[in-house]
Amino acid sequence: MTLAIDVHGLNKTFGDKHVVDDVTIQVEEGRICGFLGPNGSGKTTTLRMLCGLLTPDSGSGQALGFDIIRQADEVKLRTGYMTQKFSLYEDLTIAENLEFTARVYGLDRRRERVDAALERLGLTSRRGQLAGTLSGGWKQRLALATATLHEPRLLLLDEPTAGVDPKARRTFWDEIHALAAEGLTVLVSTHYMDEAERCHEIAYISYGRLIARGTAEEVIAASGLITFHGEGPDADKLAHELAGRPGVETAAAFGQAIHVSGTDRAALEAAIQPYRGRGYAWTEAHPTLEDVFIQLMDASQDNIR
Amino acid sequence: MTGLNWNRVLAVLIKEFKQLTRDRITYAMMLAIPVVQLTLFGYAINTEPRHLPTAVLMQEDSRYARSITAALKNSNYFDFVAQARSPSELDRLLRTGDAQFAVTVPGDFSRRVARGDKAQVLVEADATDPSATGGALAALAALPDQALSHDLAGALAARGPSPAPFEVVVHRRYNPEAITSYNIVPGLLGIILSLTLVMMTALSVTRETERGTMETLLSTPLEPLEVMIGKLAPYVMVGLVQTAIILAMAAVLFHVPMGGGWIGLSLGVALFITGSLALGFLISTLARSQLQAMQMSFFYILPSILLSGFMFPFRGMPAWAQWIGEAIPVTHFLRVVRGSLLKSQGLGDQWRELLALVAFVCIVTALAMARYRRTLD
Repeated sequence: MTLAIDVHGLNKTFGDKHVVDDVTIQVEEGRICGFLGPNGSGKTTTLRMLCGLLTPDSGSGQALGFDIIRQADEVKLRTGYMTQKFSLYEDLTIAENLEFTARVYGLDRRRERVDAALERLGLTSRRGQLAGTLSGGWKQRLALATATLHEPRLLLLDEPTAGVDPKARRTFWDEIHALAAEGLTVLVSTHYMDEAERCHEIAYISYGRLIARGTAEEVIAASGLITFHGEGPDADKLAHELAGRPGVETAAAFGQAIHVSGTDRAALEAAIQPYRGRGYAWTEAHPTLEDVFIQLMDASQDNIR
Repeated sequence: MTGLNWNRVLAVLIKEFKQLTRDRITYAMMLAIPVVQLTLFGYAINTEPRHLPTAVLMQEDSRYARSITAALKNSNYFDFVAQARSPSELDRLLRTGDAQFAVTVPGDFSRRVARGDKAQVLVEADATDPSATGGALAALAALPDQALSHDLAGALAARGPSPAPFEVVVHRRYNPEAITSYNIVPGLLGIILSLTLVMMTALSVTRETERGTMETLLSTPLEPLEVMIGKLAPYVMVGLVQTAIILAMAAVLFHVPMGGGWIGLSLGVALFITGSLALGFLISTLARSQLQAMQMSFFYILPSILLSGFMFPFRGMPAWAQWIGEAIPVTHFLRVVRGSLLKSQGLGDQWRELLALVAFVCIVTALAMARYRRTLD
């Protein structure tokens, strides 16, 4: 196997804030790696260090076989980066944005490539439209097309689908999978669990530290989390009551149902025991990624405190 | 830094040019500012005002007295707006500002003239704004010699006032009529170029930072110098268009003499445009938002207007202010422009000012390059 990303012990401090703390990531070529974590956990900073936008304080590594610090130019040439905010030129047309990128990367057959990208996007008829007038979903797809115009081998996406409707998100992810199938390596940060589940593997970062790694199944298994699913009256109220009990690490209501999770089976069962008789039907459930992440988030917060 | 890639420069240039042409404010700044400012300043600023309101008190009605007022009127500095009937009324007219000058012809004027006995005419000036009255008062020097020359011809010629023991020679060169717009209009070239170019470039780069497109630019293989040249080149054109408009208006509307010195002028314009653009770029590397960029631009432009010799005579400023003025590029640019147009200076006369502009360009460009971050650190 070849590693597209192979970085060790990355650190970055802004003032007295340790934003990225000893992060080590390896991503195999052609894989989609989901990068998860709460807001301000250092995801964006890590992505920026990988594509040479920020210089790490310490740590080293390679992206596509090039040193990310000394050969940042080589990495840039072969990497597509899509920022969190739409960062194409809103006062240029769709085609002009693509042409600009093609020129900047010195691509040959410029017209052909731009036309092909427009064709692929389905925007050929709207090529003369200003990019700023596109809807959120289309903007993200245009940004993706722009970031991949120079046929990069590594794609870094920073919350590409924030604020995009579910249908547009699905289209976007279909495109990402199509690109990965062509051999592109993708590192994508996201807050959406359904997106995390579409990744080949996930990395969870919190307070600058990488705290979980692997496929969705592996992360769930490694969490050692046990989840009970309860159905009955006043699930909202119950969630509130249960949340504080020993053994219950997370308790959340989902409409008429409730999810209670914890790592200590005996304590968890003891906690829900009083509610077994009162019209509640409890079954053990498979923990979801969301259960795991909320638990991880709480746990890492406890560590910091 | 690797070598300059002209294709990438071209990429930025084309992009910038398109954005420029799509922004209405650009046209407003490029066209409206020179036209409006030139019209306003060219016609409004006048440090040599004429036709000033004047009141007169005639304590005798005689041929001589009428000749005096006629001569004052003919100088074009004085317009008679009121005839006072008493000294107190004259005093009031001056005090209220209805008149800027008060002229009194005393009752014994013709008698004294006829006798050759030190006849006097009293001219009181409202000198609250000295520069506004200075020119008019200077014009009075020639009055006694000329005003009565006709009247004293013939029989009384022998009793005409004897020549003064000395005479004051006022010799104004280059602008003998002291037409203010000759001075103001070429000066405006420097002010307008600074105002628009520094601000436009400062905003154009800061805009990229603010909108987040700078992050995309930085993630591409673009080099700092490539971004800088590509972004600034379209504005060179803006500067040249403005220069053409201003010079054309200066010649056609204000009849500013186009004395020549074209080589020095062209060099000066080229250096000044380059320097102003680089300064705008430098500001944009310091500013975090467009608002900050705007404020910093004003911080530069205010002293440029006040201390460069544009608004107030440079030699009239105290030494410390002149030192600050010397450090402002507009000061040197103004000397080149005025020197070329009004004095027909050649390169030999201008090399010091041009050298100062070269230094300005080099220093600011170097600072801008050093400040431009290739990363977001």
